Amino acid sequence: MTQDVQNVVDHFNLFRSPEYKDMFADKRKNFEFAHPDEKVEETAEWTKGWEYRKLNFEREALTVNPAKACQPLGAVFVAVGFEGTIPFVHGSQGCVAYYRSHFSRHFKEPSSCVSSSMTEDAAVFGGLNNMIDGLANTHAMYKPKMIAVSTTCMAEVIGDDLNGFISTAREKGSVPADFPVPYAHTPAFVGSHITGYDNALKGIVSHFWEGKERTPGEKINFIGGFDGYTVGNLREVKRIFDLMGVNYTILADNSDVWDTPADGEFRMYDGGTTLDDAKAALNAKATISMQQYCTEKTLDYIAKTGQETVAFNHPVGVAATDKFLMELSRITGLPIPDALTKERGRLVDAIADSSAHIHGKKFAIYGDPDLCYGLAGFLMELGAEPTHVLSTNGGKEWAVKMQELFDSSPFGKTCNVYAGKDLWHMRSLLNTEPVDFLIGNTYGKYLERDTGTPLIRIGFPVFDRHHHHRYPVWGYQGTMNTLVWILDKIFDEMDKSTIVPAKTDYSFDIIR
Amino acid sequence: MSLTVEQVKERNQDLIKEVLEVYPDKTAKRRAKHLGTFEEGKPDCGVKSNVKSIPGVMTIRGCAYAGSKGVVWGPIKDMIHISHGPVGCGQYSWAARRNYYIGTTGVDSFVTMQFTSDFQEKDIVFGGDKKLEKIMDEIQVLFPLNKGISVQSECPIGLIGDDIEAVSKKKSKEYDGKTIVPVRCEGFRGVSQSLGHHIANDTIRDWIFDKGDKHPEFVGTPYDVAIIGDYNIGGDAWASRILLEEMGLRVIAQWSGDGSIAELENSPKAKLNVLHCYRSMNYISRHMEEKYGIPWVEYNFFGPSKIEASLREIASHFDDKIKEGAEKVIAKYRKMMDAVIEKYKPRLADKTVMLFVGGLRPRHVIGAYEDLGMNVVGTGYEFGHNDDYQRTTHYVKDGTLIYDDVTGYEFEKFVEKIQPDLVGSGIKEKYVFQKMGVPFRQMHSWDYSGPYHGYDGFAIFARDMDMAINNPVWGLTKAPWK
Repeated sequence: MTQDVQNVVDHFNLFRSPEYKDMFADKRKNFEFAHPDEKVEETAEWTKGWEYRKLNFEREALTVNPAKACQPLGAVFVAVGFEGTIPFVHGSQGCVAYYRSHFSRHFKEPSSCVSSSMTEDAAVFGGLNNMIDGLANTHAMYKPKMIAVSTTCMAEVIGDDLNGFISTAREKGSVPADFPVPYAHTPAFVGSHITGYDNALKGIVSHFWEGKERTPGEKINFIGGFDGYTVGNLREVKRIFDLMGVNYTILADNSDVWDTPADGEFRMYDGGTTLDDAKAALNAKATISMQQYCTEKTLDYIAKTGQETVAFNHPVGVAATDKFLMELSRITGLPIPDALTKERGRLVDAIADSSAHIHGKKFAIYGDPDLCYGLAGFLMELGAEPTHVLSTNGGKEWAVKMQELFDSSPFGKTCNVYAGKDLWHMRSLLNTEPVDFLIGNTYGKYLERDTGTPLIRIGFPVFDRHHHHRYPVWGYQGTMNTLVWILDKIFDEMDKSTIVPAKTDYSFDIIR
Repeated sequence: MSLTVEQVKERNQDLIKEVLEVYPDKTAKRRAKHLGTFEEGKPDCGVKSNVKSIPGVMTIRGCAYAGSKGVVWGPIKDMIHISHGPVGCGQYSWAARRNYYIGTTGVDSFVTMQFTSDFQEKDIVFGGDKKLEKIMDEIQVLFPLNKGISVQSECPIGLIGDDIEAVSKKKSKEYDGKTIVPVRCEGFRGVSQSLGHHIANDTIRDWIFDKGDKHPEFVGTPYDVAIIGDYNIGGDAWASRILLEEMGLRVIAQWSGDGSIAELENSPKAKLNVLHCYRSMNYISRHMEEKYGIPWVEYNFFGPSKIEASLREIASHFDDKIKEGAEKVIAKYRKMMDAVIEKYKPRLADKTVMLFVGGLRPRHVIGAYEDLGMNVVGTGYEFGHNDDYQRTTHYVKDGTLIYDDVTGYEFEKFVEKIQPDLVGSGIKEKYVFQKMGVPFRQMHSWDYSGPYHGYDGFAIFARDMDMAINNPVWGLTKAPWK
């Protein structure tokens, strides 16, 4: 076709013109040697049934559309949360290009990270020289206050010794003798990005704490875990702490570096936990983790220093937030201020106003294990049923815990948990046991397309909607956001399904 | 106000000197060879290329897996491409490149899916061959309409000594000669994506072409061509194909955007291969020339000047019917092109652009900018070779700043100093420059727009460059009270 300069059309509409449609048909017919349309339709139908579901769930080796990433991604997430810190990933350089792209696509922000760029010779001889040169270059160019090292699977398979390599690099003058270079082994073939979060954070705190004497104080450490809403959530948590008067340190606070202003200056580093605070965090009274499965090893380590540790499972909702605040109050001895009690009341009010539209609705949820747990709890609080809850990186222990949560509520009766399964399994679940709504990350849109289940985007990554990461999903305010996102989708679907004139539009109501 | 060419060259020299000062001596020496200024009349751009990136500098490059799975193989729509190894590589590259295709995903097409062997520790310790066999069996059960499988190796495969070739051969035999292609594109091989392209090209040669003619019933015509090196990002290959067909040619294959395995198999029957991305697919073009005697011609479908020249160049390989066809196509779109230029040139004339991209784009898009009156003042290749820099001399002006495998630091400093009106690069660079208040367009993904190829694409390109540069937001970056 030829474009109209007054109304230039791009891929959305260009290819719907007859010239292009004919071209596609001709290509398929004459050159693709494609399966006949009937065969494709028949097979597509077959993939929607119970027989296919059974075969699909018999899979033992193949993974299709998993909802998890690899360890170093979590390590990079942690590293950028410290003041002036650059993540340094030892291994192949392509991995780092992937992590940076992945975070930039989600946060719409720069994501700085370097690689030791190991190639074939390093595969044979080891990556010591890459570490020596790499640390020297990074230190000289990007003037960090700390370089946090993690590994790609390449370096792990050949068995590079990070501790030894970093010591050697230090001796060779790559970085000053007292310059902090914490490290963590983060093999991609163990666990997922949440394991990498745990290993990297443990690596950093142990770097600062090892061999140090603890003088117990009154401060509280807070750890968010791997979280697509880290910008909004950490700011909300700080607001809550300030309202309560809690003296706190947020460990791995990446809420500023992934939300920098466009004011003419590129900030490679912004905000973050100061290194002094990271050191002093040893003396805290207790450490609170918002996501148990992101911080198992870190909390174990911290507990051994003599601190109390408390872990939540991505609390969303009234009861979960109550529990979080009451624990906080118990640990600090500070009362929960009236301002928060009032926020709670407003949230309960909002739920009361809207629950008729949510009550009894069936949901499928997938995502990281803690996120699934938190959202399932909230849905049951709303009288909804989290019918299918699936976590690719959730383990057996998590599945038991989820089942206990279902068992605790009449709304959990018909619900099932799927640990270690992927989104192709979810496709079969949605096809055979349909639900009203699906909650997941951007990749859920393929499930929405294939099964017709409307997707509510809550999770990581979210590439195709903008700025939601700036909103909290924790606390009463965050829960309010979550409630509104769910409600917006419910109302949009109501309107979409009643919009046909003279057929269904009697229910196209102006007041809902 | 504006600098003379000599002043520009001097400024570039100072600028390069300045950025090199940050590096340790050894690194400064190595980086110095990758930075330079194009001198009119020289056979290349005077920079070294296609060598290892330096550790710790923040290279923008990716890896061989990205070049094979992400670029060459991934878009072949009716095959299943297994990301073989740990979960990450396939996850980060999942559907990220917008290789458009028509097909029923999950049934007869599989491009925007993530198939992985999700290696666990036991697979590293005991090897993954058994698992790979089982994966192929499960694919056959669950995706019966797939027309082939490729095994895209991630780093560990080559390090633990797995024999993916043996597994592929065994399973191919078991499934009646099914096409199963083992690809040794482990991320640590080579210095960038580039070796992955080459390895992927070679596997098409060895595991597809060399398996014989799968479609003897295919009837050729004297006007059969194959589009090579167009990944159909945002529909680029479609906006190109339509022009070739309008001029009377028959496009028998697309490599590899919206491509099918049958198209690959039938490519040796083409009369001419038309090659867009030289970097990623010159290898297979040369092979088809040597083995099947198919000539190949490079073309450039960015912007009306280059499209016109390319249509004539392609037509020159055929008879008068096609030559006339090319002139008709040029005439048909001229009015629209003139209207686009008339509308956008006044808004964009004399604006300066700095590019840093991969493949063919550091040179190929320059003409499109020039059609709009804009000037490209700096360019560089993420993973180019010397033959790319030679070809670049036909595009760039005397005094253009050249930066090969630019580091994050260098790019930021160059842009800060030169203050171009637009930067065209990738997702990792986008937000850095926007924070600095510099308009930006992603020139890998077309910033989720496109197509940019062909006449239809140029109208979109012009619109997008205008909306980037003339976005009112750039007037708001400074608070009025500051």
